[in-house]
Amino acid sequence: MALLSKKDANLIKDPLADNNPITIQVLGICSALAITAELKASVVMAISVLFVLGVGNVVISLIRNIIPAKIRIIVQLVVVASLVIIVDQVLKAFAYELSKTLSVFVGLIITNCIIMGRFEAFALGNGPWKSFLDGIGNALGYGVILVIVGFFRELLGSGTLFGMKVLGDPVTKTGLYSIGYENNGFMIIPPAALIVVGIIIWVQRSRNRELIEEA
Amino acid sequence: MLEHLELFFRSIFVDNMVFAVFLGMCSYLAVSKKVSTAVGLGAAVIFVLGVTVPLNWLLDQYLLQDGALAWLGPEYAEYDLSFLSFILFIATIATMVQLVEIVVEKFSPSLYNSLGIFLPLIAVNCAILGGSLFMQTREIPDIGLALNYGISSGIGWFLAILAIAAIREKIRYSNVPAPLRGLGITFIITGLMGIGFQSFGGMLTGDNEPPEETQTTTAETQKEDNEIKKEIEDKEKAVSYNDALNK
Repeated sequence: MALLSKKDANLIKDPLADNNPITIQVLGICSALAITAELKASVVMAISVLFVLGVGNVVISLIRNIIPAKIRIIVQLVVVASLVIIVDQVLKAFAYELSKTLSVFVGLIITNCIIMGRFEAFALGNGPWKSFLDGIGNALGYGVILVIVGFFRELLGSGTLFGMKVLGDPVTKTGLYSIGYENNGFMIIPPAALIVVGIIIWVQRSRNRELIEEA
Repeated sequence: MLEHLELFFRSIFVDNMVFAVFLGMCSYLAVSKKVSTAVGLGAAVIFVLGVTVPLNWLLDQYLLQDGALAWLGPEYAEYDLSFLSFILFIATIATMVQLVEIVVEKFSPSLYNSLGIFLPLIAVNCAILGGSLFMQTREIPDIGLALNYGISSGIGWFLAILAIAAIREKIRYSNVPAPLRGLGITFIITGLMGIGFQSFGGMLTGDNEPPEETQTTTAETQKEDNEIKKEIEDKEKAVSYNDALNK
Protein backbone atom coordinates (compact mmCIF):
# COMPACT_ATOMS: atom_id res chain seq x y z
CA MET A 1 0.00 0.00 0.00
CA ALA A 2 1.61 3.18 -1.20
CA LEU A 3 -0.96 5.28 0.60
CA LEU A 4 0.17 4.08 3.99
CA SER A 5 3.66 3.95 5.40
CA LYS A 6 4.72 0.61 6.79
CA LYS A 7 4.18 1.76 10.35
CA ASP A 8 0.68 2.95 9.54
CA ALA A 9 -0.17 -0.29 7.78
CA ASN A 10 0.83 -2.19 10.90
CA LEU A 11 -1.73 -0.20 12.85
CA ILE A 12 -4.38 -1.92 10.78
CA LYS A 13 -2.70 -5.30 10.40
CA ASP A 14 -1.71 -6.03 13.99
CA PRO A 15 -5.18 -6.09 15.54
CA LEU A 16 -6.33 -8.52 12.86
CA ALA A 17 -4.09 -11.28 14.14
CA ASP A 18 -1.41 -11.05 16.80
CA ASN A 19 -2.93 -8.21 18.78
CA ASN A 20 -6.57 -9.07 18.26
CA PRO A 21 -8.86 -7.11 20.58
CA ILE A 22 -10.98 -10.13 21.50
CA THR A 23 -8.62 -13.06 21.71
CA ILE A 24 -5.48 -11.25 22.94
CA GLN A 25 -6.46 -7.95 24.54
CA VAL A 26 -9.67 -9.47 25.99
CA LEU A 27 -11.77 -6.42 25.17
CA GLY A 28 -15.35 -6.24 23.99
CA ILE A 29 -16.36 -9.80 24.73
CA CYS A 30 -19.90 -9.02 25.88
CA SER A 31 -21.43 -8.11 22.58
CA ALA A 32 -19.23 -10.50 20.65
CA LEU A 33 -20.95 -13.48 22.19
CA ALA A 34 -24.55 -12.53 22.58
CA ILE A 35 -25.47 -11.67 19.01
CA THR A 36 -23.47 -14.19 16.99
CA ALA A 37 -26.18 -16.83 16.56
CA GLU A 38 -26.79 -15.41 13.08
CA LEU A 39 -24.21 -14.25 10.56
CA LYS A 40 -26.26 -11.23 9.50
CA ALA A 41 -26.47 -9.81 13.01
CA SER A 42 -22.72 -10.33 13.46
CA VAL A 43 -21.93 -8.41 10.27
CA VAL A 44 -24.21 -5.51 11.20
CA MET A 45 -22.72 -5.39 14.68
CA ALA A 46 -19.19 -5.36 13.23
CA ILE A 47 -20.08 -2.47 10.90
CA SER A 48 -21.65 -0.49 13.75
CA VAL A 49 -18.56 -0.90 15.88
CA LEU A 50 -16.37 0.03 12.89
CA PHE A 51 -18.26 3.31 12.54
CA VAL A 52 -18.30 4.16 16.23
CA LEU A 53 -14.66 3.29 16.83
CA GLY A 54 -13.36 4.95 13.65
CA VAL A 55 -15.18 8.23 14.16
CA GLY A 56 -14.87 8.20 17.96
CA ASN A 57 -11.10 7.73 17.84
CA VAL A 58 -10.75 10.73 15.50
CA VAL A 59 -12.98 12.94 17.67
CA ILE A 60 -11.17 12.04 20.87
CA SER A 61 -7.81 12.52 19.20
CA LEU A 62 -8.83 15.98 17.96
CA ILE A 63 -9.95 17.17 21.39
CA ARG A 64 -7.32 15.27 23.38
CA ASN A 65 -5.42 18.43 24.33
CA ILE A 66 -8.40 20.29 25.72
CA ILE A 67 -10.01 17.51 27.79
CA PRO A 68 -9.24 17.93 31.50
CA ALA A 69 -7.73 14.65 32.66
CA LYS A 70 -10.08 14.32 35.61
CA ILE A 71 -13.32 14.20 33.66
CA ARG A 72 -12.03 12.43 30.56
CA ILE A 73 -14.07 9.26 31.21
CA ILE A 74 -17.32 11.21 31.15
CA VAL A 75 -16.26 13.12 28.03
CA GLN A 76 -15.44 9.84 26.31
CA LEU A 77 -18.75 8.33 27.36
CA VAL A 78 -20.65 11.31 25.94
CA VAL A 79 -18.83 11.06 22.60
CA VAL A 80 -19.49 7.32 22.32
CA ALA A 81 -23.10 7.64 23.47
CA SER A 82 -23.82 10.27 20.82
CA LEU A 83 -22.30 8.12 18.08
CA VAL A 84 -24.21 5.07 19.27
CA ILE A 85 -27.48 7.02 19.25
CA ILE A 86 -26.81 7.80 15.57
CA VAL A 87 -26.18 4.11 14.81
CA ASP A 88 -29.30 3.10 16.73
CA GLN A 89 -31.53 5.58 14.92
CA VAL A 90 -30.15 4.57 11.51
CA LEU A 91 -30.73 0.89 12.29
CA LYS A 92 -34.27 1.56 13.49
CA ALA A 93 -35.01 3.51 10.31
CA PHE A 94 -33.50 1.17 7.71
CA ALA A 95 -33.29 -2.28 9.33
CA TYR A 96 -36.04 -2.44 11.90
CA GLU A 97 -36.19 -6.24 12.15
CA LEU A 98 -32.46 -6.44 12.71
CA SER A 99 -32.49 -3.72 15.33
CA LYS A 100 -35.07 -5.82 17.19
CA THR A 101 -32.74 -8.84 17.14
CA LEU A 102 -29.81 -6.77 18.35
CA SER A 103 -32.09 -5.17 20.99
CA VAL A 104 -30.07 -3.72 23.83
CA PHE A 105 -26.75 -4.76 22.36
CA VAL A 106 -26.59 -1.70 20.13
CA GLY A 107 -26.80 0.41 23.27
CA LEU A 108 -24.17 -1.73 24.88
CA ILE A 109 -21.61 -0.61 22.28
CA ILE A 110 -21.25 2.38 24.64
CA THR A 111 -19.75 0.22 27.33
CA ASN A 112 -17.93 -2.04 24.89
CA CYS A 113 -14.48 -2.11 26.41
CA ILE A 114 -12.80 -2.02 22.98
CA ILE A 115 -13.97 1.53 22.50
CA MET A 116 -12.96 2.91 25.87
CA GLY A 117 -9.80 0.81 25.74
CA ARG A 118 -8.66 2.27 22.41
CA PHE A 119 -9.58 5.82 23.47
CA GLU A 120 -7.49 5.49 26.60
CA ALA A 121 -4.62 3.56 25.11
CA PHE A 122 -4.28 5.21 21.72
CA ALA A 123 -6.44 8.19 20.79
CA LEU A 124 -5.41 10.22 23.85
CA GLY A 125 -1.78 10.10 22.78
CA ASN A 126 -1.77 10.15 18.99
CA GLY A 127 -2.84 12.32 16.07
CA PRO A 128 -6.17 11.98 14.26
CA TRP A 129 -4.94 10.03 11.20
CA LYS A 130 -3.12 7.41 13.24
CA SER A 131 -6.04 7.17 15.64
CA PHE A 132 -8.38 6.65 12.71
CA LEU A 133 -6.26 3.79 11.38
CA ASP A 134 -5.99 2.27 14.85
CA GLY A 135 -9.76 2.49 15.27
CA ILE A 136 -10.42 0.87 11.91
CA GLY A 137 -7.85 -1.85 12.57
CA ASN A 138 -9.23 -2.78 15.95
CA ALA A 139 -12.81 -2.70 14.77
CA LEU A 140 -11.84 -5.01 11.89
CA GLY A 141 -10.08 -7.38 14.28
CA TYR A 142 -13.23 -7.44 16.37
CA GLY A 143 -15.39 -7.93 13.28
CA VAL A 144 -13.28 -10.85 12.05
CA ILE A 145 -13.89 -12.83 15.25
CA LEU A 146 -17.58 -11.92 15.21
CA VAL A 147 -17.96 -13.14 11.64
CA ILE A 148 -16.05 -16.37 12.27
CA VAL A 149 -18.14 -17.19 15.34
CA GLY A 150 -21.35 -16.20 13.57
CA PHE A 151 -20.42 -18.32 10.53
CA PHE A 152 -19.88 -21.51 12.51
CA ARG A 153 -22.82 -21.01 14.84
CA GLU A 154 -25.30 -20.36 12.04
CA LEU A 155 -23.90 -23.07 9.74
CA LEU A 156 -23.76 -25.82 12.35
CA GLY A 157 -26.73 -24.64 14.38
CA SER A 158 -29.37 -23.94 11.75
CA GLY A 159 -27.69 -25.08 8.52
CA THR A 160 -28.08 -21.64 7.00
CA LEU A 161 -25.85 -18.69 6.06
CA PHE A 162 -27.39 -15.21 5.98
CA GLY A 163 -30.73 -17.06 6.29
CA MET A 164 -30.15 -19.12 3.11
CA LYS A 165 -30.34 -22.89 3.38
CA VAL A 166 -26.87 -23.98 2.25
CA LEU A 167 -26.96 -27.55 3.54
CA GLY A 168 -30.32 -28.49 2.08
CA ASP A 169 -33.74 -28.55 3.70
CA PRO A 170 -34.05 -30.31 7.08
CA VAL A 171 -37.81 -30.81 6.68
CA THR A 172 -37.94 -32.33 3.20
CA LYS A 173 -34.56 -34.10 3.72
CA THR A 174 -32.62 -32.77 0.75
CA GLY A 175 -28.86 -32.16 0.43
CA LEU A 176 -26.78 -33.27 3.40
CA TYR A 177 -29.90 -34.07 5.41
CA SER A 178 -30.75 -36.94 3.04
CA ILE A 179 -27.75 -38.90 4.32
CA GLY A 180 -28.72 -38.45 7.97
CA TYR A 181 -27.08 -35.12 8.89
CA GLU A 182 -28.77 -33.25 11.72
CA ASN A 183 -28.51 -29.64 12.85
CA ASN A 184 -26.69 -29.18 16.11
CA GLY A 185 -29.24 -27.23 18.16
CA PHE A 186 -26.53 -26.84 20.76
CA MET A 187 -24.82 -24.13 18.69
CA ILE A 188 -27.84 -21.84 18.91
CA ILE A 189 -27.84 -21.50 22.70
CA PRO A 190 -25.69 -18.67 24.08
CA PRO A 191 -22.98 -20.68 25.91
CA ALA A 192 -21.88 -22.29 22.64
CA ALA A 193 -20.43 -18.92 21.60
CA LEU A 194 -18.02 -19.07 24.53
CA ILE A 195 -16.84 -22.50 23.51
CA VAL A 196 -16.35 -21.44 19.88
CA VAL A 197 -14.27 -18.42 20.99
CA GLY A 198 -12.31 -20.71 23.30
CA ILE A 199 -11.50 -22.95 20.35
CA ILE A 200 -10.48 -19.96 18.20
CA ILE A 201 -8.06 -18.90 20.96
CA TRP A 202 -6.73 -22.44 21.12
CA VAL A 203 -6.08 -22.57 17.37
CA GLN A 204 -4.51 -19.11 17.30
CA ARG A 205 -2.17 -19.83 20.20
CA SER A 206 -1.13 -23.20 18.86
CA ARG A 207 -0.07 -21.52 15.64
CA ASN A 208 1.77 -18.69 17.34
CA ARG A 209 3.46 -20.05 20.42
CA GLU A 210 4.66 -16.63 21.60
CA LEU A 211 1.12 -15.78 22.65
CA ILE A 212 0.85 -18.58 25.20
CA GLU A 213 0.25 -17.27 28.74
CA GLU A 214 2.53 -18.19 31.60
CA ALA A 215 0.44 -20.22 34.02
CA MET B 1 -45.25 -10.75 46.40
CA LEU B 2 -45.21 -13.71 44.08
CA GLU B 3 -44.05 -11.64 41.14
CA HIS B 4 -41.21 -10.24 43.26
CA LEU B 5 -40.12 -13.76 44.09
CA GLU B 6 -40.34 -14.88 40.47
CA LEU B 7 -38.38 -11.88 39.19
CA PHE B 8 -35.78 -12.50 41.88
CA PHE B 9 -35.14 -16.11 40.88
CA ARG B 10 -35.46 -15.36 37.19
CA SER B 11 -32.79 -12.66 37.28
CA ILE B 12 -30.37 -14.72 39.35
CA PHE B 13 -30.63 -18.09 37.62
CA VAL B 14 -32.62 -18.07 34.39
CA ASP B 15 -31.56 -14.72 32.93
CA ASN B 16 -28.17 -14.71 34.62
CA MET B 17 -26.23 -11.64 33.50
CA VAL B 18 -23.11 -13.59 32.61
CA PHE B 19 -24.39 -16.94 31.36
CA ALA B 20 -27.53 -15.92 29.48
CA VAL B 21 -26.69 -12.51 28.04
CA PHE B 22 -22.90 -12.19 28.53
CA LEU B 23 -22.94 -8.84 30.25
CA GLY B 24 -19.89 -7.67 32.12
CA MET B 25 -17.68 -10.31 30.52
CA CYS B 26 -14.65 -8.03 30.32
CA SER B 27 -14.26 -7.52 34.05
CA TYR B 28 -15.55 -11.05 34.62
CA LEU B 29 -12.54 -12.41 32.73
CA ALA B 30 -10.02 -9.85 33.93
CA VAL B 31 -10.75 -9.80 37.68
CA SER B 32 -11.49 -13.48 38.30
CA LYS B 33 -7.99 -14.71 39.08
CA LYS B 34 -8.46 -14.57 42.86
CA VAL B 35 -11.58 -15.21 44.94
CA SER B 36 -11.00 -12.25 47.28
CA THR B 37 -10.85 -9.65 44.50
CA ALA B 38 -13.78 -11.29 42.74
CA VAL B 39 -15.89 -10.92 45.89
CA GLY B 40 -14.99 -7.21 46.12
CA LEU B 41 -15.98 -6.51 42.54
CA GLY B 42 -19.13 -8.61 42.82
CA ALA B 43 -20.28 -6.70 45.91
CA ALA B 44 -19.64 -3.39 44.17
CA VAL B 45 -21.70 -4.54 41.15
CA ILE B 46 -24.67 -5.55 43.35
CA PHE B 47 -24.52 -2.18 45.06
CA VAL B 48 -24.26 -0.04 41.93
CA LEU B 49 -26.94 -2.01 40.07
CA GLY B 50 -29.24 -1.64 43.08
CA VAL B 51 -28.79 2.12 42.97
CA THR B 52 -28.77 2.85 39.24
CA VAL B 53 -31.60 0.62 38.00
CA PRO B 54 -34.33 2.29 40.13
CA LEU B 55 -32.87 5.73 39.33
CA ASN B 56 -32.93 5.06 35.61
CA TRP B 57 -36.42 3.60 36.00
CA LEU B 58 -37.56 6.97 37.36
CA LEU B 59 -35.82 8.80 34.50
CA ASP B 60 -37.39 6.47 31.97
CA GLN B 61 -40.85 6.80 33.49
CA TYR B 62 -40.96 10.57 33.98
CA LEU B 63 -38.65 11.92 31.29
CA LEU B 64 -37.89 9.59 28.42
CA GLN B 65 -40.85 7.38 27.52
CA ASP B 66 -43.38 8.29 24.89
CA GLY B 67 -45.73 10.72 26.62
CA ALA B 68 -43.72 10.66 29.85
CA LEU B 69 -43.58 14.45 30.03
CA ALA B 70 -47.36 14.68 30.49
CA TRP B 71 -46.86 15.71 34.12
CA LEU B 72 -45.42 19.03 32.90
CA GLY B 73 -48.66 19.93 31.18
CA PRO B 74 -50.85 18.62 28.37
CA GLU B 75 -48.82 20.36 25.64
CA TYR B 76 -45.77 18.23 26.52
CA ALA B 77 -47.65 14.94 26.31
CA GLU B 78 -46.65 14.15 22.75
CA TYR B 79 -42.89 14.29 23.20
CA ASP B 80 -40.97 11.01 22.92
CA LEU B 81 -37.42 11.42 24.16
CA SER B 82 -36.55 7.73 24.30
CA PHE B 83 -33.72 8.20 21.76
CA LEU B 84 -31.86 10.06 24.51
CA SER B 85 -31.97 7.12 26.90
CA PHE B 86 -28.44 5.84 26.15
CA ILE B 87 -26.74 9.11 26.92
CA LEU B 88 -28.88 9.83 29.98
CA PHE B 89 -28.48 6.34 31.43
CA ILE B 90 -24.72 6.33 31.05
CA ALA B 91 -24.49 9.83 32.52
CA THR B 92 -26.52 8.72 35.54
CA ILE B 93 -24.33 5.67 35.97
CA ALA B 94 -21.07 7.62 35.70
CA THR B 95 -22.20 10.28 38.17
CA MET B 96 -23.67 7.76 40.60
CA VAL B 97 -20.45 5.77 40.60
CA GLN B 98 -18.46 8.93 41.27
CA LEU B 99 -20.88 9.94 44.03
CA VAL B 100 -20.87 6.53 45.66
CA GLU B 101 -17.09 6.56 45.61
CA ILE B 102 -16.92 9.93 47.36
CA VAL B 103 -19.51 8.99 49.98
CA VAL B 104 -17.94 5.63 50.74
CA GLU B 105 -14.49 7.18 51.00
CA LYS B 106 -15.79 9.77 53.48
CA PHE B 107 -17.85 7.53 55.74
CA SER B 108 -16.30 4.10 55.60
CA PRO B 109 -12.60 4.10 54.72
CA SER B 110 -12.33 0.36 55.36
CA LEU B 111 -15.09 -0.43 52.86
CA TYR B 112 -13.49 2.06 50.48
CA ASN B 113 -10.19 0.26 50.71
CA SER B 114 -11.72 -3.09 49.88
CA LEU B 115 -14.15 -1.78 47.25
CA GLY B 116 -12.61 1.48 46.12
CA ILE B 117 -10.36 0.27 43.33
CA PHE B 118 -13.25 -1.45 41.61
CA LEU B 119 -15.70 1.43 41.63
CA PRO B 120 -14.26 3.40 38.69
CA LEU B 121 -14.02 0.13 36.74
CA ILE B 122 -17.72 -0.37 37.17
CA ALA B 123 -18.78 2.77 35.29
CA VAL B 124 -17.83 1.04 32.05
CA ASN B 125 -19.01 -2.42 33.05
CA CYS B 126 -21.63 -3.47 30.52
CA ALA B 127 -23.60 -5.29 33.21
CA ILE B 128 -24.58 -1.96 34.75
CA LEU B 129 -25.76 -0.26 31.57
CA GLY B 130 -27.23 -3.58 30.41
CA GLY B 131 -29.28 -3.78 33.60
CA SER B 132 -30.81 -0.38 32.89
CA LEU B 133 -31.42 -1.15 29.21
CA PHE B 134 -33.06 -4.51 29.94
CA MET B 135 -35.15 -2.80 32.61
CA GLN B 136 -36.35 -0.47 29.84
CA THR B 137 -37.07 -3.13 27.20
CA ARG B 138 -38.81 -5.48 29.66
CA GLU B 139 -41.09 -2.65 30.77
CA ILE B 140 -40.82 -3.34 34.48
CA PRO B 141 -44.05 -1.87 35.93
CA ASP B 142 -43.07 -0.31 39.28
CA ILE B 143 -40.06 0.95 41.16
CA GLY B 144 -40.11 -1.85 43.74
CA LEU B 145 -39.67 -4.40 40.99
CA ALA B 146 -36.97 -2.25 39.39
CA LEU B 147 -35.03 -2.26 42.66
CA ASN B 148 -35.56 -5.99 42.95
CA TYR B 149 -34.37 -6.49 39.36
CA GLY B 150 -31.23 -4.43 39.93
CA ILE B 151 -30.21 -6.22 43.11
CA SER B 152 -31.02 -9.74 41.94
CA SER B 153 -29.17 -9.27 38.63
CA GLY B 154 -26.23 -8.10 40.68
CA ILE B 155 -26.43 -11.22 42.84
CA GLY B 156 -26.49 -13.36 39.70
CA TRP B 157 -23.35 -11.65 38.44
CA PHE B 158 -21.72 -12.02 41.87
CA LEU B 159 -22.42 -15.77 41.90
CA ALA B 160 -20.97 -16.17 38.42
CA ILE B 161 -17.70 -14.35 39.14
CA LEU B 162 -17.34 -16.11 42.48
CA ALA B 163 -17.75 -19.50 40.82
CA ILE B 164 -15.28 -18.86 38.02
CA ALA B 165 -12.70 -17.38 40.41
CA ALA B 166 -12.88 -20.46 42.61
CA ILE B 167 -12.51 -22.75 39.59
CA ARG B 168 -9.56 -20.72 38.27
CA GLU B 169 -7.79 -20.95 41.61
CA LYS B 170 -8.12 -24.73 41.51
CA ILE B 171 -7.27 -25.17 37.85
CA ARG B 172 -3.86 -23.61 38.36
CA TYR B 173 -2.70 -27.04 39.56
CA SER B 174 -4.10 -28.90 36.56
CA ASN B 175 -2.31 -29.84 33.38
CA VAL B 176 -4.08 -27.66 30.81
CA PRO B 177 -2.76 -27.80 27.20
CA ALA B 178 -0.35 -24.88 26.81
CA PRO B 179 -2.24 -22.92 24.12
CA LEU B 180 -5.45 -23.11 26.16
CA ARG B 181 -3.87 -21.86 29.37
CA GLY B 182 -5.38 -18.74 30.90
CA LEU B 183 -7.94 -17.16 28.64
CA GLY B 184 -8.87 -20.13 26.48
CA ILE B 185 -9.75 -22.53 29.25
CA THR B 186 -11.66 -19.80 31.09
CA PHE B 187 -13.85 -19.29 28.04
CA ILE B 188 -14.58 -22.99 27.73
CA ILE B 189 -15.32 -23.42 31.45
CA THR B 190 -17.68 -20.45 31.32
CA GLY B 191 -19.40 -22.04 28.33
CA LEU B 192 -19.88 -25.30 30.22
CA MET B 193 -21.18 -23.44 33.28
CA GLY B 194 -23.55 -21.57 30.99
CA ILE B 195 -24.91 -24.85 29.65
CA GLY B 196 -25.46 -25.92 33.26
CA PHE B 197 -27.34 -22.71 33.95
CA GLN B 198 -29.52 -23.33 30.89
CA SER B 199 -31.18 -26.10 32.85
CA PHE B 200 -32.71 -23.49 35.16
CA GLY B 201 -34.74 -22.40 32.14
CA GLY B 202 -37.50 -24.88 32.91
CA MET B 203 -37.62 -24.02 36.61
CA LEU B 204 -40.14 -21.20 36.29
CA THR B 205 -43.16 -21.01 34.04
CA GLY B 206 -40.83 -20.75 31.04
CA ASP B 207 -43.08 -18.23 29.34
CA ASN B 208 -40.27 -16.66 27.33
CA GLU B 209 -40.10 -19.57 24.88
CA PRO B 210 -43.36 -20.21 23.07
CA PRO B 211 -44.38 -23.85 23.55
CA GLU B 212 -44.24 -25.65 20.22
CA GLU B 213 -47.40 -27.72 20.71
CA THR B 214 -49.73 -24.75 20.73
CA GLN B 215 -48.17 -23.49 17.51
CA THR B 216 -48.79 -26.77 15.72
CA THR B 217 -52.29 -27.00 17.15
CA THR B 218 -53.13 -23.54 15.92
CA ALA B 219 -51.76 -24.51 12.52
CA GLU B 220 -53.88 -27.67 12.58
CA THR B 221 -57.02 -25.86 13.69
CA GLN B 222 -56.42 -23.36 10.91
CA LYS B 223 -56.15 -26.24 8.46
CA GLU B 224 -59.38 -27.73 9.80
CA ASP B 225 -61.07 -24.35 9.60
CA ASN B 226 -60.00 -24.03 5.99
CA GLU B 227 -61.33 -27.51 5.20
CA ILE B 228 -64.68 -26.73 6.87
CA LYS B 229 -64.89 -23.48 4.94
CA LYS B 230 -64.16 -25.36 1.73
CA GLU B 231 -66.88 -27.89 2.50
CA ILE B 232 -69.38 -25.14 3.22
CA GLU B 233 -68.43 -23.39 0.02
CA ASP B 234 -68.76 -26.64 -1.93
CA LYS B 235 -72.19 -27.27 -0.42
CA GLU B 236 -73.28 -23.75 -1.24
CA LYS B 237 -72.04 -24.19 -4.79
CA ALA B 238 -73.91 -27.47 -5.05
CA VAL B 239 -77.05 -25.88 -3.63
CA SER B 240 -76.93 -22.94 -6.04
CA TYR B 241 -76.23 -25.42 -8.88
CA ASN B 242 -79.27 -27.47 -7.83
CA ASP B 243 -81.32 -24.29 -7.58
CA ALA B 244 -80.26 -23.35 -11.08
CA LEU B 245 -81.18 -26.84 -12.29
CA ASN B 246 -84.60 -26.69 -10.60
CA LYS B 247 -85.33 -23.41 -12.28
